Amino acid sequence: MDYSIRIGGQAGQGLQTIGAVLAKLFARHGFEVFTHQDYMSRIRGGHNYYQVRFADGPISSSRRLVDILIALDKNTAELHHNSLTPGGLAIYDAETIKERYESPEFLDIPFRKIAIDSAGVRLMENTVAVGAVMGMLDLDLDLLNELLTETFSRKGREIVDQNIAAAEAGSQYARHHCTQCTFVVPSMPEKSRRMLLDGASPVGLGALMSGCRFFAAYPMTPSTGILNFMAGKSMEYSLIVEQAEDEIAAINMAIGASFAGVRSMTGTAGGGFALMVEGLSLAGMTETPVVIFVGQRPAPATGLPTRTEQADLLYVLNAAHGEFPRVIMAPGSPEQSFYLTGKAFDLAEKYQVPAFIISDQYLVDSESTLDGLDASRIRYEDYRLRADVLARREEYKRHAYTENGVSPMAEPGASRHLVVTDSDEHDEDGHLVEDAGTRVRMVEKRMLKKLPLIREEIAPPLLYGSDDAGIIITGWGSTYGVMKEAVDVLQNRHKIAMLHFSEIWPFPGTEKFDYLAVLNNAERTVCVENNATSQFARLVRMETGYEFTHLLNKYDGRPFLLEDLLEYLDA
Amino acid sequence: MPELEDYRGQKPTWCPGCGNFSLLKTFKEAMVALELEPHQIIMVSGIGQAGKLPHYTRGNTFNGLHGRTLPVASGIRLVNHEMHVIAIAGDGDCYGEGGNHLLHAMRRNNDINLFVHDNQVYGLTKGQASPTTQEGTVTKTQPYGVLLEPRNPIALAVTRDASFVARGFTGDGAFLKELMVAALEHKGFALLDILQPCVSYNRINTLSWYRERVYRVGEDHDPTDREAAFRLAQEFDEKIPTGVIYKNSRPVLEDSIPVLAGKPPLVRHPFDPAGLVKELENFF
Repeated sequence: MDYSIRIGGQAGQGLQTIGAVLAKLFARHGFEVFTHQDYMSRIRGGHNYYQVRFADGPISSSRRLVDILIALDKNTAELHHNSLTPGGLAIYDAETIKERYESPEFLDIPFRKIAIDSAGVRLMENTVAVGAVMGMLDLDLDLLNELLTETFSRKGREIVDQNIAAAEAGSQYARHHCTQCTFVVPSMPEKSRRMLLDGASPVGLGALMSGCRFFAAYPMTPSTGILNFMAGKSMEYSLIVEQAEDEIAAINMAIGASFAGVRSMTGTAGGGFALMVEGLSLAGMTETPVVIFVGQRPAPATGLPTRTEQADLLYVLNAAHGEFPRVIMAPGSPEQSFYLTGKAFDLAEKYQVPAFIISDQYLVDSESTLDGLDASRIRYEDYRLRADVLARREEYKRHAYTENGVSPMAEPGASRHLVVTDSDEHDEDGHLVEDAGTRVRMVEKRMLKKLPLIREEIAPPLLYGSDDAGIIITGWGSTYGVMKEAVDVLQNRHKIAMLHFSEIWPFPGTEKFDYLAVLNNAERTVCVENNATSQFARLVRMETGYEFTHLLNKYDGRPFLLEDLLEYLDA
Repeated sequence: MPELEDYRGQKPTWCPGCGNFSLLKTFKEAMVALELEPHQIIMVSGIGQAGKLPHYTRGNTFNGLHGRTLPVASGIRLVNHEMHVIAIAGDGDCYGEGGNHLLHAMRRNNDINLFVHDNQVYGLTKGQASPTTQEGTVTKTQPYGVLLEPRNPIALAVTRDASFVARGFTGDGAFLKELMVAALEHKGFALLDILQPCVSYNRINTLSWYRERVYRVGEDHDPTDREAAFRLAQEFDEKIPTGVIYKNSRPVLEDSIPVLAGKPPLVRHPFDPAGLVKELENFF
């Protein structure tokens, strides 16, 4: 069983709510769920959709065709009815959208009339639609009622009852009128309730559990979800969230907070990161730990603000004047987003460097199911010198030369020892200097000693699939799920494997796993990237000399769907 | 009790006769008068001759980027509201490059003290006009004279309802010290614009030019009267007022944030990872 449902309509019609409820509901039924969103940069109107796929086996991507289309407007019905699978159905309310379709794949369900008849309010029409889908799939309503109760109990018993009545009526209507429905949904073993996670929340969760205390940002799609998440937690936990006047202020605030002694973070998209670049260099020079989330979206300039692309890799890697070490994590799933945010904080603090989490709109806005997250895998160690340790020290120099290049970092004000740092080149005390000798020793300390140590901490890429693959698809970041599923689908026909990089910089060496041998052993190696110029393939060539035999690029602002990869690889 | 000697830093590299020397001396005296130890202050400075001041005294120091002193200072103050945070900037640094941060720092109202070394010219880059350079001044980059009206930082701060607005003059050290002390004692964002001569690049606003014009605001001025303050702020011609021009008692940001109000500084809050695990439950 593997069904997809697409809910389409205008911004403001509530299609996100329908999508989110369905996704959570299927996860509670114990199914595997994967969703993705396609929306325009506007508050009202336009055309948006939310796609929910659920199955009884592992899935990690979106499909091109859907089994049920919920058309909340005429535009959706006409744009998407050709995307139905054989046997697929489009449901719509002919009276509301003022159009009637006679072809057999359409089913008119009067959402609005059913809402008024059953609950007395028109507002419940989206709940009718959810109920109708349950009826079409022959699923009982117990879990839906439980979810509606949880969601609306804040608004009072009446609203809960109205929603439950609307869902029931929608379900009954579909059961009686959907004579064409042939969907067969197995019931899943009990207690198989799954976690359902988008791509923004795990970054926030990972930050909180890493001891992040300060988050400053300026809102920008697709990073705003993290700002919202953190702000939502700032009433309950020791966390300051400051909406800065611009991204320049955001990163400088985060650097100030970090200098003062707490773990700090900022988040933005490519355009906002452009403003932060000067501050990034400041973090590098002053050796101030800071974690930076960059959510990629299609550019140049404003580009396609609500859509997806992987075109900021080399930019994030090379941004900022001068040379200093940085860490770049590129998670490929909500799960990796959680653990790699934890790792970004740990490495930033341990080596006193800026660390990035780079994601994109597709990953941020997609949800998928998982068994759970293990908070104990987030490593937390306070590497800073606090009052107790400082009180016993004779001397303190913020930028002292050390064996490994890492100078002890003290909390200013926690003792009589002064903490001094400078964006100018400085001596061990942190004071401005210009002599060549100090410059050389500081570059060695800051850059040359630390970089190889950080590289040792980086995990090698993940090989998934055949050990002796003739075809290897390689990628980084958000293409993880679709590549993994393509390997699952094709493994009966091809000796195929995926090589996925989620820890990108310092670029992983081959000591822990000789991925170059694996690539060299394959006949066809494809680097799959959501960009036009194969940035990762270029990085691999720069770092290892290896050249992929094939490049697969997509730069229409949309993510790779499973069929995109299957058709390319089977050809 | 701190002594002046505790504030002795590295030897300054400023031009002989620079107004910064007396400013530095006054700064040290003010810190001693406030009975602050060097480890109880954090100086955040930008780039320019002003930005070097922290190196020539002693204290915790973050010498950051040109124009970016205020956001760094806000970040510091939000996580440690027991520290005395002093942002040290120049006129180009703070009124030019960092203009937007100044607007928002006045609005944000962290308890930060901003000392602006205002010599009405760019020194470190050798003599270009700054946002406070007088109209008509000919420089290498303004060969037909400055066409733009100078920014009046005092008037700007009064219109933005900044919590504390004052002007000092390096030629009147005793009064400047009083103003520095008053700025640090004030709860809220304090702007202290400090007029100083630039002996190398400003041939117009010289020490004697200032001496002829600068006067101390008298007891008759009520700094809580915003309209009177705005009228006084307009004066920058034949007469230049120094003193506390305006002040109010707007709530300080760090006192209004729930996790900070009445609590120890954020940097000392204990971290309990186990208490966060329940957050994962929201996603089932």
